[in-house]
Amino acid sequence: MPLIPAVLWTDALIYLLLALIVLFAWYVRGRPHLAAPWKRVAQSKSGMIAATVLAAYLAVGLLDSIHFRLPIEGNGAKRVYSVEALSIFDLLVNPLRTRVEKTYSAPLAAYLFAKETIQLPDGAEIRDYPRLKYGGANLRDPVSERAADIARRVFYSLVLAALAWMVVAAILVRLVAMRRKRDFRETAMAMWRGENEIPWNAILITFGTLMLFAFPVAILSAHYHVFGTDKVGQDVLYLSLKSIRTGLIIGTLTTLVMLPFALAMGIMAGYFRGWVDDGIQYFYTTLSSIPDVLLIAAAVLMMQVFMDSHPQMFPTVTERADFRLLFLCIILGVTSWTSLCRLLRGETLKLRELEYIQAAHAFGVSHLRIMARHILPNVMHIVLITVVLSFSGLVLAEAVLTYVGVGVDPSMISFGNMINSARLEMAREPAVWWSLFAAFLFMFVLVLAANLFADAVRDAFDPRVRVAAGLPAPKG
Amino acid sequence: MVSYIIRRVIYAIPILIGVNIITFALFFVVNTPDDIARMQLGVKRVTPEAVANWKHEHGYDKPLLYNAGAQGRSKFTDTIFYRKSVRMFAFDFGLSDDGRDIAYEIRTRMGPSLAIAVPAFIVGLLVNISFALLIAFFRATYLDFWGVVVCVAMMSISGLFYIIGGQYLVSKLWNLVPISGFDFGFDTPKFVILPVIVGVISGIGSGTRWYRTIFLEEINKDYVRTARAKGLSEIRVLFKHVLKNAMIPILTGVVVVIPLLFLGSLITESFFGIPGLGSYTIDAINSQDFAVVRAMVFIGSVFYIVGLILTDISYTMVDPRIRLA
Repeated sequence: MPLIPAVLWTDALIYLLLALIVLFAWYVRGRPHLAAPWKRVAQSKSGMIAATVLAAYLAVGLLDSIHFRLPIEGNGAKRVYSVEALSIFDLLVNPLRTRVEKTYSAPLAAYLFAKETIQLPDGAEIRDYPRLKYGGANLRDPVSERAADIARRVFYSLVLAALAWMVVAAILVRLVAMRRKRDFRETAMAMWRGENEIPWNAILITFGTLMLFAFPVAILSAHYHVFGTDKVGQDVLYLSLKSIRTGLIIGTLTTLVMLPFALAMGIMAGYFRGWVDDGIQYFYTTLSSIPDVLLIAAAVLMMQVFMDSHPQMFPTVTERADFRLLFLCIILGVTSWTSLCRLLRGETLKLRELEYIQAAHAFGVSHLRIMARHILPNVMHIVLITVVLSFSGLVLAEAVLTYVGVGVDPSMISFGNMINSARLEMAREPAVWWSLFAAFLFMFVLVLAANLFADAVRDAFDPRVRVAAGLPAPKG
Repeated sequence: MVSYIIRRVIYAIPILIGVNIITFALFFVVNTPDDIARMQLGVKRVTPEAVANWKHEHGYDKPLLYNAGAQGRSKFTDTIFYRKSVRMFAFDFGLSDDGRDIAYEIRTRMGPSLAIAVPAFIVGLLVNISFALLIAFFRATYLDFWGVVVCVAMMSISGLFYIIGGQYLVSKLWNLVPISGFDFGFDTPKFVILPVIVGVISGIGSGTRWYRTIFLEEINKDYVRTARAKGLSEIRVLFKHVLKNAMIPILTGVVVVIPLLFLGSLITESFFGIPGLGSYTIDAINSQDFAVVRAMVFIGSVFYIVGLILTDISYTMVDPRIRLA
């Protein structure tokens, strides 16, 4: 089946960011003075637990960031393509996406949440809760069979999860054993006791816990709506999983899109000093003196006017939503850019006095080359730390901004939009709590993991923490 | 001191001019007044006359920067830039797009905003600092460890959940206070208490952790060891020495937000239906009232700069070593 790829701006940028990180990791590998702090991150237990969880989120987000359009009908040159861009992730969880109920239904329910008039086979009409089209459709009599059915599936899935965990653990032990040239048993015991530098036992336990939740949810979702359905009958689990991409993009791209700007300005201010420094400092002081929310609100309002007066630029709804998401990243970047710029300026001020820069001057290397070859690689770690530290705050900010009405497009699935609609659902009688609960759960785990990982990174890079902990201070 | 303040105020002028130019560029150059008029009028009623009429009513029918058709000084004053942007320096915000006096609205809405923001700010500060002192007192014990864990967990929860959860529990399930609304007089506490509690709780995580870092940094310093060597009790060391010396980093973060309290909180006020400046802003955003958003951006920056100046002044109050000249 021929597909046409539909590359959204944010897709391209998120893979660019991934490429940059891989490139930087490769660059750092050969340079011990840059690699040392990252090794400390890898040795931190809480950091690696968080990294394992983040990797799971990242996998979903990355799969959800390769879009294409499916053909609807026709052949050859006359083939017509759908205007809706789907992602690989959408295809993987296709049943979740397409099995839409009529309206709300509770988690794991077999009946709809609202009463309806049902026509019985004999022609009589009654008002009752109708059966769901898909949830629990395999059961003949849900009232008596449902609990047993769910228990049976959960049990099987837990067995499967344990098996899957064992296979992955065995492969991992095998790899480590091969690298260290030890035998399998010895390596496994060492890893279990946590005798390696990297806390493999913590990583494997976290991975196992994730499996214990993921498998039952995955297997139950084949026949039930694990987190219920929302107002238009969409599966809440699907919405929560789709929200991950939006959160990841806001959290990471925000720093990336403003990066060239912040790098250029920060390094130039620190390197040239004098009036260049004054000008750049004035510029960012001015920007940072506008309260963030108001600046974002003003900019997003203006962008809406722009989009309304230039409709021809956005042919599909997806592209429109994507542009809005990208713009939101840019404007969030403008507000958070100033602190990064300030840090880069300070670091450059320090670096420019070092001997190797002085030597480069003496050899007559041009300013541009000094900045690009000698200063830039040595401030890149600040950029990565900023990405990590600001991530959780940005994911939380997305929800708030979307609520205010200046966040992502209402058609885009995001935590903010889920919470936004949940606000009215909680006021219903009885309350529809599952949307809010699912958004809360997925968001909490993501932000908590990001916060813990950020702490590990900060500890690894902060010399003061190391002195307090009795570790040798990094040299240089 | 006085000359320092005067100098700081003078320094603030170029920054405010910068803010003014940024907002002007954002609101009038990126999109022309025609676009805004079309947006305000909606899709159906857009005729060139209607657009021209709307622009005339709201004073957008003038040239942007230079009015060649006018006489003398009004070549510069009879323009959008002068009327809409320069006049903000005199706190003359003109009329909102739905025809009300913005300055009057701001004055009347400051009260409710402050009624929520000030108690939440003071109680929050006290609670956070006491928790942080407690954790610092029990540093390197299980209480410290679990305290930090709870803080990180609490700061990983979106503020929206605290509000929705609080409203659901306190107002809907327990029926203790009204879900939303505001009134001055005897009823005020009834409406204020829930937003304040929710505001304090949602800030505990990040606040306590932040103050804990500050205290721990101070606790490792030499003067603290000296104080202990003198035989002072740990409580006395914490309150008399550590807390006092930690005032500088605390003030840096705290004083700057005091003037911003006037602006209120967008989210809290809109959830709890409080007629303050926060909900004014949010309503303006939702109804796309650019005049109000523009005014709020300007006031926000003014308050922020005032906060910075107040921070510097507060330093001299707690630290005799700092003299501003």
